[in-house]
Amino acid sequence: MVAVKTFPMGGVHPPENKLTADSPIQVLDPPDEVSILLGQHIGAPAEPVVQKGDKVKVGTLIGEGKAFISANVHSTVSGTVKRVDEALDAAGFRKPAVVIAVEGDEWEDDIDRSPDLVTEITATPEEIIDRIKAAGIVGMGGAAFPTNVKYMVPEGKQVDTLVINGVECEPYLTADHRLMLEHTDEILVGIEVLRKALRVDRAVVGIELNKPDAIEAMTQGAERFPNIEVYGLKVQYPQGAEKQLIKAILDREVPGGKLPLDVGCVVNNVGTALAAYHEIQKNRPLIDRVVTVTGTSLSNRGNFLIRIGTPFARAIEAAGGMTDDVAKVIAGGPMMGKAVPDLSVPVTKGTSGILLLTKAEAEQRETVPCIRCSKCVEVCPVGLEPYLLEKLARVEYWEQSDEHDVLDCIECGSCTYICPSNRPLLDYIKVSKVKVHEMRRASTS
Amino acid sequence: MNELLIYSALSLGGVAAGFAVVLYVISQRFKVEEDPRIDEVTQMLPGINCGACGFAGCSGFAEALVEAADSGDVSGLSCPPGGSETMTQIGEYFGFEMGSTHKTIAVLRCGGSCSNAPAKTQYQGPPTCAIAHSLYVGINGCPHSCLRLGDCEIACPFDAIVMNSDSGLPEVIPELCTSCGACVRACPRDLFEIRPRGKGKAERRVWINCRNTQPGGVARKNCKVACIGCGKCVRVCNDIVQAISMQNNLAYIDPHKCIACGKCVPVCPTNAIVATFEPPKPKQAKKETADTQA
Amino acid sequence: MKSELTVRSIMWGVVIALLPVFAASALVFGIRAIMAVLVTSAACVATEYVIQRFFLRRQPTVDDGSAVVTGMLLAFNVSIAVPMWQLVVGAVVAIGVAKMAFGGIGTNPFNPALIGRAFMTVSFPVHMNTWALPRDQLLSLGVDRATGATPLGQIADALQLGEPLSAIAADLPSHTELFLGTVGGSMGEISALAVLIGGAYMLYRRLIPLETPVVFLGTLALITGLFWLFDPDSYADPLFHVLAGGAMLGAWFMATDMATSPMSRNGRILFAAGCGLLTAVIRLFGGFPEGVTYAILIMNAFVPLIDNKLRPPRFGKGAAR
Repeated sequence: MVAVKTFPMGGVHPPENKLTADSPIQVLDPPDEVSILLGQHIGAPAEPVVQKGDKVKVGTLIGEGKAFISANVHSTVSGTVKRVDEALDAAGFRKPAVVIAVEGDEWEDDIDRSPDLVTEITATPEEIIDRIKAAGIVGMGGAAFPTNVKYMVPEGKQVDTLVINGVECEPYLTADHRLMLEHTDEILVGIEVLRKALRVDRAVVGIELNKPDAIEAMTQGAERFPNIEVYGLKVQYPQGAEKQLIKAILDREVPGGKLPLDVGCVVNNVGTALAAYHEIQKNRPLIDRVVTVTGTSLSNRGNFLIRIGTPFARAIEAAGGMTDDVAKVIAGGPMMGKAVPDLSVPVTKGTSGILLLTKAEAEQRETVPCIRCSKCVEVCPVGLEPYLLEKLARVEYWEQSDEHDVLDCIECGSCTYICPSNRPLLDYIKVSKVKVHEMRRASTS
Repeated sequence: MNELLIYSALSLGGVAAGFAVVLYVISQRFKVEEDPRIDEVTQMLPGINCGACGFAGCSGFAEALVEAADSGDVSGLSCPPGGSETMTQIGEYFGFEMGSTHKTIAVLRCGGSCSNAPAKTQYQGPPTCAIAHSLYVGINGCPHSCLRLGDCEIACPFDAIVMNSDSGLPEVIPELCTSCGACVRACPRDLFEIRPRGKGKAERRVWINCRNTQPGGVARKNCKVACIGCGKCVRVCNDIVQAISMQNNLAYIDPHKCIACGKCVPVCPTNAIVATFEPPKPKQAKKETADTQA
Repeated sequence: MKSELTVRSIMWGVVIALLPVFAASALVFGIRAIMAVLVTSAACVATEYVIQRFFLRRQPTVDDGSAVVTGMLLAFNVSIAVPMWQLVVGAVVAIGVAKMAFGGIGTNPFNPALIGRAFMTVSFPVHMNTWALPRDQLLSLGVDRATGATPLGQIADALQLGEPLSAIAADLPSHTELFLGTVGGSMGEISALAVLIGGAYMLYRRLIPLETPVVFLGTLALITGLFWLFDPDSYADPLFHVLAGGAMLGAWFMATDMATSPMSRNGRILFAAGCGLLTAVIRLFGGFPEGVTYAILIMNAFVPLIDNKLRPPRFGKGAAR
């Protein structure tokens, strides 16, 4: 028997609750109005290049990412720009945004909307990277890191492998799962595009074993692409985290504070590969994404192809609507996602799921004293000591937090998940990380 | 039997004497010479180690004072809880003239109470402002509002801040506040400000009870008493002492220029300006317009 | 998202794991054993309740089951011959002094049940060292029953008289008897089988780490085994040491106590090895025939140091290519 690949240290296995694994992707029509945030990605927000009253089409550039780490933003609908001011982000803060009133559904002329598969890649690696930047493609797994930045390999770093993330280890989420089933060939060509951009001979795809149909489809499809290998991985959270995935497939460890580039890898999500396919082969920038809209209370829960900027309320309506017993709406998955304070929050490039929890599911147990069970240490995939970091954060010993490598935390939430005393370990660790960053900045300046 | 007693006493006594000698030698050998003045100055300080002076406790501050006195300049050093009396006493000790310092107090600049800014969401996370602030906009949707979780109450070393369970906001008890600044540091939204207590026994103070820099309409949506940046108070004050300035849709009253006349209070359309005294009645003309509006 | 694991489920899980031991002690010592366990558990719960409710003025948390665990373990650690009032005193010390005085659940540096036991040993030495014979007056609630030495006590006595162990071999219980528990001793330490059933249950529920009991007993066997090979006339064989006395109970239920054992795996291995080493040293060279209690208590004192020095291996450190 061949040992199933996985990462060796820590990890948890929460109930998978993949309620929507069998629901095919449904297309959600554009709403009457979209609020497209200009800062949907990690890094500086894009600067608006349209004004109130401008007519835009699907795919028109509306925001330009000028900083090194930034991304372009395109109109996802056709219509008139209503305002260029602010809209609520997932945390409830008002952030710069372009609000567009929708009229019809007219696309930019140079976008190839036919369903034909284009396998021949004519673009050169430089062109691919430039166009990925132009198309505003960011990591579609949730972190939304500008993809083109990952492909700018600094001098002296050797990259040999492209790692494609089809793990989808968050419970409930099935968007990537459905993408791999329904857009297998496009994703594979997308991987070839990315592989060409990176100039490497090897691309590996990791998919957890709870998606046997996706593994089968991808493996079969990959027979035509000799440079792509597909691996089934043991189901374990947080396998979708970059460093854990590299360890699982390639058995390489990325040291704390370093990047996958340092061990010769670049990691991208399957959704990102599809977006790259769309831009390079079909000239279609990033305007929509598949979002899993799920929850036990939703009658029509499923996977929806949603235009970016569509308010959550509209997506929830399409999936069956709000019911009285819904207590919490989460953007993302239940482990790393954030509860949103308002349903007018728009879908962004990084919204992988919208999860509705009922009162019973959202119920929080009381926080009780730590009993030193050491479960948090056991499940931490980075080998940190969450109990200690929480204690240090409570007494604001930031220097010691730094000594205990709080910055290496990948914020997967395994410690908070497992803690029998229901302590908010990750919340305190996140505060520590902010404070330690501040402290380091203060000491260098 | 007696012999046993004697031997025991002698041997144990010997051990004790041996250790005493060792301890004495070590204490002499590793003695740290300390300026005796540090100890004496420490005695004059309140001894609560609040850290408001910016040094590590009262002895740390005393050390800094002695050092500063030797270099001939103690300006810039002050002990907020001890106030001017303490500093005058220390000044006399060193033979310096201390400039008189105003008595100050911590002031909360937010009126987002449960009734003025009703909760729109429920917060389930850890009950500390620091974390709530990092997670989301806050319970009432205002990104500048008090989070009502009481980090300031915990931080206050003098129990001078009490969370009012009705309004949800912290209240500063003037008699207990030493303006040490612990609340200023604790509040993740920078809602506290150390302001002069004001003249006279009544401690007349006026301040803008808001920190919201959003456009007026947005701010008002979340809170009835938000500053909407209309500028009426600025115009009223410009005729008197020009103490009010407007920046990013938010008015600010400079406490050193303000004479606490209270004339800005009634002109504020959202009641975002508060005073510690009964402000003067609005002018007749103003009242008429208010009546016609009603 | 939260796992199902709670403090309550952990503590009551340990209580369930203790039931086979409870059953074994009831079978061997009769209804008085049942009484003793009930008395200590009730006394522990009552002490915790009173302290939380009236001294600390907090909402009592006795329903989390941790006081019951302490109470049961305390009873299992003492002789059936101990009067009930002494058990109550031990329980009050265990909870009041060893646990609540240090801040309650999770913050106690020493295992409360063992502190209670140690306190009773120095306070009531006569009763604490009177060991009832098994299968005697099962239905009696009184202490008036036939007594004898524990197997480890028999060895200590023999060595003091200068007899070789082969001379008393016939009097010593066989390994099978030790395993099943038909011997004299503390209420809970007699049956290795019952402890193993409970331990297996806790491993299945993932309530304890495997390394602690294995390393504890392994170190004990290793050291006693070395001496046995060297001089079998003065030292009992390693299997005897593992099965006799409180080694099994200590290794599976006391050294694995979460609050008083290290947080990292490396730390736990060192901790357990230290427990095994000290147990062997006390048993072979110390004044007491049994040393598990003190071995664990001494190692408890080292836990903060171990936690500070032995940290879990970091991802990406050392193992990097």
